[in-house]
Amino acid sequence: MRTIRRAVPLRPLAVALVAAGVGLLAACTPGTHDEPAAARASSASVVQTPAEGFAVVARVLRHPRCLNCHPAGDRPRVGDDARLHAMEVQRGPANHGVDALRCDACHRDANQPLAELPGAPHWSLAPRSMGWEGLDDHALAAALRDPATNGGRSLDDVLRHVTEDPLVLWGWDPGPGRSPVPVPHDAFVDALRTWIEGGAPSPEPGIVTTF
Amino acid sequence: MSTTFTVDGRTVTVTSPPDTPLLWVLRDELGLTGTKFGCGRALCGACTLHVDGEAVRACVHPVGYAAGKDVRTIATLEESAEGRAVVDAWIATEVVQCGWCQPGQCMSAASLLARKPTPDDEDIDAAMSGNLCRCGTYTRIRAAIHEAARALDGEADG
Repeated sequence: MRTIRRAVPLRPLAVALVAAGVGLLAACTPGTHDEPAAARASSASVVQTPAEGFAVVARVLRHPRCLNCHPAGDRPRVGDDARLHAMEVQRGPANHGVDALRCDACHRDANQPLAELPGAPHWSLAPRSMGWEGLDDHALAAALRDPATNGGRSLDDVLRHVTEDPLVLWGWDPGPGRSPVPVPHDAFVDALRTWIEGGAPSPEPGIVTTF
Repeated sequence: MSTTFTVDGRTVTVTSPPDTPLLWVLRDELGLTGTKFGCGRALCGACTLHVDGEAVRACVHPVGYAAGKDVRTIATLEESAEGRAVVDAWIATEVVQCGWCQPGQCMSAASLLARKPTPDDEDIDAAMSGNLCRCGTYTRIRAAIHEAARALDGEADG
């Protein structure tokens, strides 16, 4: 498979940098320094075509906050370096660990800053059918479109899922010790919407868009 | 703010802040030291106990989440059939060396047997891999779990 690590398109990058600058200024404003970085950034859409939209979507889905729990196999990954979860933690029959070592042996429905332990409602692995690890952009787009590989969702459901699901939103507020997804959440949703409304086209095979 | 729950069958009300780890509350506020501190970061399993029957790591379980729940520690493990079988098998197999991790080992083993009465080696390894033992008693732990499963199976047949 031809693998290309494609950088962010120049124009959206420029807009994103401006947005980041706005966010930085906002961060210097009294009373705003505790807000998540994603909330400080501009909500302005940075994409105009479906292809640009999917490039943003692919970058986000490959970020460790998303991909760590969408593995191709049965072992979750952790951390910004996507290392295998300690304690040989495994998927289990219901994507929630194995008997006596379930995800909720440790993870609750919210982050635990004292232990730097992440948490969100229904903390679990994505089903094996939703494993994105190793997919190029072409295959990733197909996986998002196909109900057999997107959790039985229509594209509208996919958009709603990434807009509202608290486990998805956790990626932008992962607690101490983990990088949040660096694209503002509303920009990600706008990018996905742009791709869907443009017919959800597949990129050429062999392209892998990353940060 | 207070939190009320049952621990080993006794209703307790504690005043520690709700984000205080349950392990701290048990050991320091209630004086129940059967549950051991190992790492404080859910990495070793020494503090494993049961909350509403599920094995959890008490060192990262905020006490606020225990409100209204049934907490069971090693102190009353033997009140369940699985717990009794585990303790008997642990003694018969002479699992313990230094013993510090063993309350957590026993709680995880009982939780496994409650859900999977006849686990194979793979099941045991998967379930127990979060419970570390610096004395290296893993082979005896595995043998003891098989022994406990046989005992429970015998009880069921009898």
